[in-house]
Amino acid sequence: MAVSEDRVVRGIGHSVKRFEDGRFIRGRGNYVDDIVLPRMLHLEFLRSPLAHARIRSIDTSAAEAVPGVVAVVTGELLAQHSLAWMPTLSGDTQAVLATDKVRFQGQEVAAVIAESAYVAKDATELIDVDYEPLPPVTSPQQALAEGAPVIRDDKEGKDSNHIYSWEAGDAAATEQAFAEADQVVELETFYPRCHPAPLECCGCVADVDPATGKATIYMTSQAPHAHRTLFALVAGLPEHKIRIVSPDIGGGFGNKVPIYPGYVVATAASLLLGQPVKWIEDRTGNLISTGFARDYHMRGELAVKDGRMTGLRVNMLSDNGAFFADAQPTRCKAGLFHIVTGSYDIPAAHVQTEGAYTNKAPGGVAYRCSFRVTEASYLIERLVQTAAYELGEDPVEFRRRNFVRPDQFPYKSATGFTYDSGDYEGALDLALEKLGYADLRREQAEARERGELIGIGVATFTEVVGAGHGAEYDIAGLRMNDGAELRIHPTGKAVLKLSVKSQGQGHETTFAQIVAEELGLQPEDVEVQEGDTDHTPYGLGTYASRSTPVSGAATSMVARKIRKKAQKIAAHLLEASEDDLEWSSGRFSVKGAPEKSTTIQDIAFAAYTNIPEGMEGGLEGVHYYDPPNMTYPFGAYAVVVEIDRGTGQWKVRKVVAVDDCGVRINPMIVEGQIMGGLTEGFAIAAMELIDFDEDGNCIGANLMDYLIPTSWETPAFDLGMTETPSPHHPLGAKGVGESATVGAPAAFVNAVVDALAHAGVRNLEMPVTPDKVWVALQEAGLGG
Amino acid sequence: MRRISVTVNGERHEAEVEPRQLLVYFLREELGLTGTVVGCDTSSCGSCTVLLGGESVKSCTLLAVQADGADITTIEGLARDGELHPVQQAFHEEHGLQCGFCTPGMVLATVSLLAESPSPSDGEIRLALEGNLCRCTGYQNIVKAVKAAAV
Ligand code: FES
Ligand code: FES
Repeated sequence: MAVSEDRVVRGIGHSVKRFEDGRFIRGRGNYVDDIVLPRMLHLEFLRSPLAHARIRSIDTSAAEAVPGVVAVVTGELLAQHSLAWMPTLSGDTQAVLATDKVRFQGQEVAAVIAESAYVAKDATELIDVDYEPLPPVTSPQQALAEGAPVIRDDKEGKDSNHIYSWEAGDAAATEQAFAEADQVVELETFYPRCHPAPLECCGCVADVDPATGKATIYMTSQAPHAHRTLFALVAGLPEHKIRIVSPDIGGGFGNKVPIYPGYVVATAASLLLGQPVKWIEDRTGNLISTGFARDYHMRGELAVKDGRMTGLRVNMLSDNGAFFADAQPTRCKAGLFHIVTGSYDIPAAHVQTEGAYTNKAPGGVAYRCSFRVTEASYLIERLVQTAAYELGEDPVEFRRRNFVRPDQFPYKSATGFTYDSGDYEGALDLALEKLGYADLRREQAEARERGELIGIGVATFTEVVGAGHGAEYDIAGLRMNDGAELRIHPTGKAVLKLSVKSQGQGHETTFAQIVAEELGLQPEDVEVQEGDTDHTPYGLGTYASRSTPVSGAATSMVARKIRKKAQKIAAHLLEASEDDLEWSSGRFSVKGAPEKSTTIQDIAFAAYTNIPEGMEGGLEGVHYYDPPNMTYPFGAYAVVVEIDRGTGQWKVRKVVAVDDCGVRINPMIVEGQIMGGLTEGFAIAAMELIDFDEDGNCIGANLMDYLIPTSWETPAFDLGMTETPSPHHPLGAKGVGESATVGAPAAFVNAVVDALAHAGVRNLEMPVTPDKVWVALQEAGLGG
Repeated sequence: MRRISVTVNGERHEAEVEPRQLLVYFLREELGLTGTVVGCDTSSCGSCTVLLGGESVKSCTLLAVQADGADITTIEGLARDGELHPVQQAFHEEHGLQCGFCTPGMVLATVSLLAESPSPSDGEIRLALEGNLCRCTGYQNIVKAVKAAAV
């Protein structure tokens, strides 16, 4: 083997251009709808037009008579196989196909399986369902009111729409803080229902081989291993006879975490018919029935004494839709919402949460946010700004005085988190400097004199990601640990297999760089494989910004195991003692005799050709990582807006985003994630909304009603960074995928409110549309 | 069924199609050109964008029969002799894609834009691409890629 020349290994900190791009820019991606199997059939759903109704009867005969239709599946048919209901990720049950009642508009009622998607769609229109309409419940307040119709009468003994009560923190200590406060500031706000709406909708191709009994399910899954286990539990199939393959995914953002009826019905149909069945959701199906986000009604109260935040009391009521299908750790009924003290050192806090069933779609997911951190961050960042106005103080100075200080880390928060590291003031200072904050405040005052409205909004958020320690965090009982398997081939090329699954995050590049850093291979010599449960180690998947914190750590650890073995082989090759070797960038050399050295490539070859007596051959390993703690990325965002007093339109003049996600593995990819997240945060603040009328009709069930920002509306971003490594992650990385969506909405809303604050305006509800601003302008006497 | 004749990526195809079949499904299912994808039901997203006679169109808004006699370029036809088109190269260099789902449409819309306006400003780019949604990138790197391809 040739000894390689000294070279720069493009490991951590290098903006390596993405390896996955090659296929996407050529149109050679392999998304689920691109998969075509011989004899494949197509599935289309008939969905409920009503939000709440009893099903009197379903007549499928006309649909069955359509040429090309192979079968029509109803809930009754599924019930014969005990498949009409499935467990949810939150320990509830969800109808696969409705049997007794429909509980939200768009619910799956029947499925047509046909030779083409066009025929299947035609036939759904011939299914005759006789509904007896029931009064719909369209808000959690209505759901919990006396005498509300009980939505989940399928549940034995259930006589209300209440789902859960959950609390965190110390109620008595919080009471005390409020009793002693100089001032108490309140904010009641609603984080409305929105939707991750990845550009690719959900879908699957289920292929149950009648000869072998093996079920191969190609599906849009952010968590293929967890899904396989759940499939085994739902369908009673032996787990080794289920193979989930998650191909290229066209964006996920949490939407592809839950299990949907489409996957189950397609699999059941393939099992019954002995042919592959494809289900591809259309956009309306995606928006009307799959994992929504937020829908939290929140009330926050802040106790202040001598300018310090001394207590925080939060009440939250969640609208979970017809089935409690939120994706979140088992013990946390409202996800990680109790991170609500944010970046502030608040000695006492109490969070009380309640959840309610309504006649809306289920599947509360975190739309690019780690389990409800976004709602928490929004509430505290809005509340802090409100408090600053009430105290007559600059919102930035009020924040600064109350930050958790760098010397307080590891910091134990009043609701039970242990923040790993942070320098909140450092990030804030950089953001303000990039923005020119002091000048802007002057400009704002002058503009007001002229009758012009400028607003400056800041958010200094802290996130909690990388779930999580196995003893504390599980999904449906499965510990949130992830595996990495690494094999170095004889010629020094490697394959890394992971439990997680990229949906655009660039894993094939980032994780190759981690191996590069640890072993001194070039990243292009490492192929990263994910998504196929038959060929990758177990783990819980990609969401909640956990890939780098958990699988990134697993990758480091397995590479280090391999390096240990490599050192033994090197000692053998160099005829030296292991302890006399030193490692640098892909090479072991004898201490004091650098000319005596051997490269990782030479060692790899030796692992298969020339190993010491008694050593096992090969150069590979596996590591399952159990994070000792979560990681706590943070940042400071600042937004400047200008308001048109005549129309209520607001225009973004500048966005500054300073992020600290610990060590950045590929800075280019990290910045890409941040810009994507900022855009989704802007979208939620400005336009995205899944709304319902009083009959429970979903308004926002297509891309003409559900507004996703285009390049035209989306502002330009000015990014900055600080770097505070995580002390417990092997690389110091914290995860970044969701930071910007967590921090951005409050920054945008704070900016618009700030423009009107001098006239007493304290709150505007998202999405902050021009009509809402216009009304606020009129009420505040600022109308143009 | 109706008989059509279309040229796709320089190759002529004769086919029998159902009159109601959308062009995007003709390309994907009859010709196996799966680079053109579907992201919505309302002609809102642009992920199905192809070039028809050199101009970008959403192939979900056309029936296959309407494309009879047309000359179509899909993403698969853009690279020549293994060489990436400069726009494809620029998207890679500037990190103008993440999940890749919008990318074929974005790239083709860009090719069409640059044919009309060889050195557009940021504002012109943002306006010209507003028919193509991207959920991942936040557009900033797409704008950079378009500019890089323009010079
Ligand atoms: S598929 Fe959305 S515009 Fe054609
Ligand atoms: S890269 Fe995912 S939609 Fe644009």
